[in-house]
Amino acid sequence: MTTVVADSKRAARRRAPVSWWRAAFLIPALIAYGLFVLWPLVQTVQFSFYDWNGITAAEPVGLANYAEALGNPEIRRALLRSLVFVFFYCLLPTALGLVIAGIMSRIRVRGSSVFRTILFMPQVLSMVVVAVAWRWMYDAQGPINAALEAVGGTPVVFLGDFTLALPAVGFIGTWVMSGLCMVLFIAGVQRIPPELYEAVRLDGAGPIREFFTITVPSLRGEIMVALVFTLTVALRNFDIVWNTTRGGPGSSTMVPSVFIYDGAFVSRQVGDAAAVSVLLTVLILILTAAIIVPLREREAK
Amino acid sequence: MTGSRRETIIGHGVLIIAAVIALYPFLSILSLAMSRPGERPSGVGIPTSLYFGNFAQAWERGGFSSALLSSLIVAVAVVAGTLLLTTPAAYALTRGTSKVLLVLSGLLLLGLVMPYEATVIPLYHMFESWGLLNTYWALILPQIGLSTSFAVLWLRVTFTQLPESLTEAAALDGASRMRTLRSIMVPVTVPALITLGTLLFLFTWNEFLLALVLVPDGQTVQTAPLALSFFAGNRRLSDPAVTAAAAVLVALPVLVLYLIFQRRLISGMLSGAVKE
Repeated sequence: MTTVVADSKRAARRRAPVSWWRAAFLIPALIAYGLFVLWPLVQTVQFSFYDWNGITAAEPVGLANYAEALGNPEIRRALLRSLVFVFFYCLLPTALGLVIAGIMSRIRVRGSSVFRTILFMPQVLSMVVVAVAWRWMYDAQGPINAALEAVGGTPVVFLGDFTLALPAVGFIGTWVMSGLCMVLFIAGVQRIPPELYEAVRLDGAGPIREFFTITVPSLRGEIMVALVFTLTVALRNFDIVWNTTRGGPGSSTMVPSVFIYDGAFVSRQVGDAAAVSVLLTVLILILTAAIIVPLREREAK
Repeated sequence: MTGSRRETIIGHGVLIIAAVIALYPFLSILSLAMSRPGERPSGVGIPTSLYFGNFAQAWERGGFSSALLSSLIVAVAVVAGTLLLTTPAAYALTRGTSKVLLVLSGLLLLGLVMPYEATVIPLYHMFESWGLLNTYWALILPQIGLSTSFAVLWLRVTFTQLPESLTEAAALDGASRMRTLRSIMVPVTVPALITLGTLLFLFTWNEFLLALVLVPDGQTVQTAPLALSFFAGNRRLSDPAVTAAAAVLVALPVLVLYLIFQRRLISGMLSGAVKE
């Protein structure tokens, strides 16, 4: 009797794609995920094919919003500015983190937990707090201008200047992300077996060759994580821009995320805003895949 | 073997410079917050006076008592809701080999890289049609959904690392899956659940865009970062020292949490990412 029951249970398991208990455990989380993530995602795509002010009836316009987005020089420039932020938020911190990790690979670090705590701190704070702090740093009476005046320079209105605002906001990102990269890479360097270094040193390699033949290749996984994480933050980048310049002065720091917010909730061109958010999401997915896939394939080999 | 003395000194010098750069903006805003009216702090970031008047002003004028309370309510509800929903889900995805489960994991991965910008417009209209804009629900429900990916994938790694014999033994005992989860899996993963809960608390506490969109004029449910953003953006009543004090007030709870849990938080955040 019991074997018959067991057999029929086994047969049922073979037929059902997922056993009942797994389904029961998954369904509540999937409802939340579906309702508040997947369904809105689908709706954003749907909105992007309509001309809609968010209130009156929407009118289907096909791909017109995408043509508008890609043809509008303002939006094209906003997308290009995102690439400037990729340099400041992603490439520069990764490079800085690697250089520091390279130096640390040659010594034993004392007090590393204190350094780690301090360097990681910008990661845990609200970006609004960070923005307020940096608005003061860049303020006409703030510390940077005080230092400039002390060496005989003239005060600079960093965030109000059409050419300086973009790199000034970008540098805030460098400041936030560099600590993360350093913590990640220094932790990684400590896991590299010392024998690897000894071997290349016996070959007469200097610090530079050691860095490129051992340190960087051994940190491949950490570099991938750092790039993916900082890249998505760089391309989103709403909080810092919104709380420092709101895209100004003029539109000199306008990025897609600020454009999306303005379009959807201020100027009420919901279709355009939705099209830009679809483009932004696709861009993030493509770039993320471009970082992960080649590295995964190399690991597989 | 560990390098020359000169390299050790240079290396620590570089680290100290990096740490000073990382700390400087905070120290400088702290000294601004503690500066007396009419006095400006010196360029060196160390507070030169102990004056708390700016904090009192920020507290009164910016409504930060209610904002900090809102943030606390929202963050606790999101952490509790997310852990309750995702712990069984992560367990169900552990050691499953069926194709459906692989597809589900892939779908969850999408939520990990997707920008919130891609969901806020429909979320706004959804909560508008439910009449729930400017309520706690508009902050709690979407953030439970948006935390699902991270929490499930993070917990699955934790569950996968447990020895298989643990669950096998329970199954032989005739324990139901619910009991296995409740009386075996959860108790042995309490430290991991605390780490995850703290991470989710931080993410929720700091979330800005969703709060800006979904509680645009709900004075009483505004979260702390949103209140700070409005307070700092209101140029008419902006005394930089009071704004600085407000920023310190908003940062303080998170900083305390960070200093208590820093080891776990850093490794939790980094390991979660590395394992994915």
